[in-house]
Amino acid sequence: MIANYGYKDGSGEYYISIDTDKCIGCTAERACLTACPKQMFEIITDDYDDEVAWIKKPNCRTLAYDCADCKPSGGYSSLPCIAACTPGAIKHSW
Amino acid sequence: MSSQAVLVIDGELYGFNSMRTGNNSPDSATNALQGVMDKCGMKLEDIHYVVGTGYGRVNVPFAHKAITEIACHARGANYMGGNGVRTILDMGGQDCKAIHCDEKGKVTNFLMNDKCAAGTGRGMEVISDLMQIPIAELGPRSFDVDVEPDAVSSVCVVFAKSEALGLLKAGYTKNKVIAAYCQAMAERVVSLLERINVEEGFFITGGIAKNPGVVKRIEKLLGIKAMETKIDSQIAGALGAALFGYTLMSKKAAAA
Repeated sequence: MIANYGYKDGSGEYYISIDTDKCIGCTAERACLTACPKQMFEIITDDYDDEVAWIKKPNCRTLAYDCADCKPSGGYSSLPCIAACTPGAIKHSW
Repeated sequence: MSSQAVLVIDGELYGFNSMRTGNNSPDSATNALQGVMDKCGMKLEDIHYVVGTGYGRVNVPFAHKAITEIACHARGANYMGGNGVRTILDMGGQDCKAIHCDEKGKVTNFLMNDKCAAGTGRGMEVISDLMQIPIAELGPRSFDVDVEPDAVSSVCVVFAKSEALGLLKAGYTKNKVIAAYCQAMAERVVSLLERINVEEGFFITGGIAKNPGVVKRIEKLLGIKAMETKIDSQIAGALGAALFGYTLMSKKAAAA
């Protein structure tokens, strides 16, 4: 399942996609939890009883600001969450 | 905004109740459930399993389990439209969701927009109040225009309301303003749907599925006709929750 967390507003689309099929049985030891400076990721049991990562609810509505520091303008050449997720489950839409 | 309670017996829809949500979620849930039991001539003690869903799912005091409305809408749409349903648009009172599911009604892709009221039932309620026209009449009246107007440009309901007022002052008829708002709502949700790749087997759930002014415009933009159902589209989430409840209860009974 592709789970998209985020929103679209007048300034653009801000979604973090998590491919739960790649997230289940994570081989990166849930590195996303510690890689994100804002600690936005959390492990939950989803509706189909799989343990997967998701974005904490309050962050879903503020992604454009929360992720800004990790974007190229913040001095990063690659996003820490995507780099940490070696199974390749995480994507940003912007 | 509304609350629904659905009663499923032996995996089949038996009865439902839909009512406006009050200011107390547990009370709303209790009243909705009591309503459906009264309609069906049954008592609360007859219930074996309850699943709560939607924004108030954690505030259903008698629920055995809470399941997100995303999974429940997919399951409910699968029941209502059959196993050919692939793309679901839920236009609810507080948010808008685009869901892709498989032939069993299991979610394969989803996204939601709950940050603002644009593209939601609440947005339509604001326009209904502004125009002083009952919400059920908005859809049909949106077609009663000589020329289809451009969509209201604002993506925010607060600004759209201001823009609608400006259009009225500029000489637009109420019907033309409603048409402009319906078009804006359609364009907004279509942009969400495009992110999950729309497939044939398109099903709309939620209260706005009853608004032909929005539905027809969405169909035109997508070039796909939405599937029709004889069941009230507004109960899809609650129906899905009830079906999950039936499955969970059956598993529990089998394990005992």
